[in-house]
Amino acid sequence: MTMAATLLAAEGENPLIPHAYELVVGSFAFLVVFLVVGKILTPRIQKTLAERTEAIEGGIKKAEDAQAEAQRTLEQYRAQLAEARQEAARLREEAREQGAQIKAELREEAQAEARRIIEAAHAQIEADRQQALNQLRGEIGRLATELASRIVGESLEDEVRQRRIVDRFLEELEARPEAVR
Amino acid sequence: MTLPLMLVAEDFTAPGPSIFDFPPLWDGAPSWLTKPVLMAIFGAIVVCALAWSAFANPKLVPRGMQNIGEMGYQFVRDQVARPFLGKDAERWMPLLLSLFFLILLWNLFGVVPLIQIPVASHIAFPAVLAALIYIIKIYLGIKHQGFVGYFKNMMFPAGLPKPIYVLLAPIEFLSNLIIAPFTHAVRLFANMFAGHLILAFFSAVGFWFLFEKLTPLGSGLGVLGVIMTIAMTGFEMFIEFLQAFLFTMLAAMYIGGSLHPDH
Repeated sequence: MTMAATLLAAEGENPLIPHAYELVVGSFAFLVVFLVVGKILTPRIQKTLAERTEAIEGGIKKAEDAQAEAQRTLEQYRAQLAEARQEAARLREEAREQGAQIKAELREEAQAEARRIIEAAHAQIEADRQQALNQLRGEIGRLATELASRIVGESLEDEVRQRRIVDRFLEELEARPEAVR
Repeated sequence: MTLPLMLVAEDFTAPGPSIFDFPPLWDGAPSWLTKPVLMAIFGAIVVCALAWSAFANPKLVPRGMQNIGEMGYQFVRDQVARPFLGKDAERWMPLLLSLFFLILLWNLFGVVPLIQIPVASHIAFPAVLAALIYIIKIYLGIKHQGFVGYFKNMMFPAGLPKPIYVLLAPIEFLSNLIIAPFTHAVRLFANMFAGHLILAFFSAVGFWFLFEKLTPLGSGLGVLGVIMTIAMTGFEMFIEFLQAFLFTMLAAMYIGGSLHPDH
């Protein structure tokens, strides 16, 4: 024993020497705490903390997934929209082309029709004219023949008048000598 | 000390180690039923009660006591268990958390009015806990490294020039198997013992010079004693927390060292 220890011993008990009963009580106290706090309660809080971590991570994951999903949908919609726009533009272009084509075809057709009508009209006119001409020619022949027969018929009855006609004709001829020459 | 002060302080006796001696609680009580024993049991009950109110029915969203309990739990887990035990931290949390909570409360009893005795200032209490850790340390070391391997890793760490081992092997043996458990217990005990003695001294100074022997000269000394008592109480609370932390940290370090000798 050092001097300090003997001094301490003189004043009271040596604080470095444990009391046996305190060893027992200390062990017992710790055992109780270990059973209650360590064995019963710590697993509960560990479980809760793990669940909380999971819940937070799960929440974050869920939010990320939702965001990714939304992003994907948006992309999809955008792609669809662009496609639709393109499609619309293509259709418009096609319609315009078709329209133009139809217009051209119609015009062509109309012109052809017009030409056809005009030709038909021309042919009709020509035919009518021919017919009229033929009719006229026949009429003129008949009238001429009739006139000639009348003239011949009357010539015997009206010799004097005929003579007069002939005479007048001859006088007219004489009045315009230059026309004869 | 100047002469007048010596005259004033003539009858004053500073409190000594005898303040740690307690008689049985009442006349005729069993001799083991002293104040420290009662407080040790009371501390264990309070720790259980507080932990029960915090962790008995833990919620995902903590409220009230659970918040405080979780602060303690996370402190032990993040500052003590994880740095020394890594992935084994969760497995050893029951032991470390019980140790930390019990020692912290036992220590804080030193500044609780009327109780005013840090339980660990009686060496039996830290000794029991240190012995428990010592047994766990050796058991784990032999279990995880083998009997020969445990001593080989302890006394002959690889990568040193051969003659060094002549010096190193006995030193390591002594420090790991004989000195470590002793210092583990004594560090906590001595801090509590000395802290309590300091508090007792300053409060005795204040009481003596302001109430027992109030003199114009001594009153200044009494006021100083009171001020120092208040200041040292604050400091003691810090030390009490720090020692609980240190004891638990060393326990984690010993366990971690036995599980993974290469660290």
